[in-house]
Amino acid sequence: MLQVRDLQRPGLSPVSFDLNDGECIAVQGPSGSGKSLLLRAIADLDPNQGEVRLNGDAREGMTGPAWRRRVIYVPAESGWWSDRVGEHFADWERAIPLLQALFLPAEARDWPVQRLSTGERQRMALARALVLQPRVLLLDEPTSGLDSEAAAAVEQLIGERLHDGAGVLWVTHDAAQARRIAKRCLSVENGRVHATIL
Amino acid sequence: MNTIPLSNIDLALASLLVILDAVLSLVLRLKLERQILIALVRMCVQLTLVGLVLKTLFALVSPWWTGLAILVMVLFAGREIMARQERRLQGWWAYGLGTGCMFIGAGLVMIFALTTQLRPDPWYDPRYVIPLLGMILGNTMTGISLGLDTLAGQLTRERSAVEAQLMLGATRWEAALPVARGALRRALMPIINSMAATGLVALPGMMTGQILAGAEPILAVKYQMLIMFLIAGGTGMGSVAAVLGGVYRLTDSRHRLRLDRLGAPR
Repeated sequence: MLQVRDLQRPGLSPVSFDLNDGECIAVQGPSGSGKSLLLRAIADLDPNQGEVRLNGDAREGMTGPAWRRRVIYVPAESGWWSDRVGEHFADWERAIPLLQALFLPAEARDWPVQRLSTGERQRMALARALVLQPRVLLLDEPTSGLDSEAAAAVEQLIGERLHDGAGVLWVTHDAAQARRIAKRCLSVENGRVHATIL
Repeated sequence: MNTIPLSNIDLALASLLVILDAVLSLVLRLKLERQILIALVRMCVQLTLVGLVLKTLFALVSPWWTGLAILVMVLFAGREIMARQERRLQGWWAYGLGTGCMFIGAGLVMIFALTTQLRPDPWYDPRYVIPLLGMILGNTMTGISLGLDTLAGQLTRERSAVEAQLMLGATRWEAALPVARGALRRALMPIINSMAATGLVALPGMMTGQILAGAEPILAVKYQMLIMFLIAGGTGMGSVAAVLGGVYRLTDSRHRLRLDRLGAPR
């Protein structure tokens, strides 16, 4: 589904791989090795070279925003552009089932963003992306600040999306989690990417 | 007009007040005496030169010489805008964007005033064009430099918020809108404040000058109002153009945030 050919940018050597329908690939490597640079390059958030296709359609054939609605990057630290939580969702009602699955209160709509804890923000940012139903999710340590119960809920929810045919790149430092969620792994070290089987 | 003439001796006498400041600085060890004297000399030399230039321009009433004076004024104001940026755009954009927008903003209101309200004969009469442009430029320059400086600073500080929108498929204009709004508010605040305070807190220099030079107070007030309208219009158009231009340059056609096009903070 997602084809990456010779994708490169400063700090990242050329990388090629395929991500299939319903597949999750774990992305592992030490901090600062270039994992986030890889995901940002795929989402076309920084200048980069190479060919990236989704179901055969080249990234350059569509606008940046159209590409990023299909291939959503969820960074480790979420950004918030408005004061209230609900203002970050186009349709709050549609997000409610997702919020419940992630143990987030439905009444948080009118909360100021500052009221959310780190873990709540992380899950809220994930819900904000999932509600748009992207074909590909690029998740940067989506469970790093969560307790085991919430982390399991995230894995469960992403598992459902995989079942529906979405593709996922999942950055994780947790080897056990990588084995749970993925069969293949991209190891990133000093900006070089190697494919390995878990 | 019955202006009381000022002799050079009168002026020299008044300048003793500045010398007094320098003496105070010496006595109180403010270490400002050097700066005060340099500023005093600079002001006298600059104003005398400007006076001579204006006298020549007014005598010539030539469209070419007036045009040249306008060009020099705009280019200097553009340099001032660039100097006031903490983080400048890289390359020619640093100078070009501010100068171009000021040229547009000030130019449009100047043409409006010269063809509608003032209609001097000839239309390029430097006696009207030069002082008018000077006041419009001075204020538009403040608006544009505040707007651009705020835009660059806030895009840097709010990077994660702007990119969060881009990541979810917003266009560069949608994503930069909250920051652009803040930059425009900053740009327009000074002129709004000075309109609100004019007459109560401060008597504007132009109006006071006219009254001292013997003009009818009501006419001086009308001129002052005209100037304020023109300044507000020029600042509005110039800063909108500059902030939109800044957003355009700090993002790219793939709708990515491009802070790499900003120079290092100074």
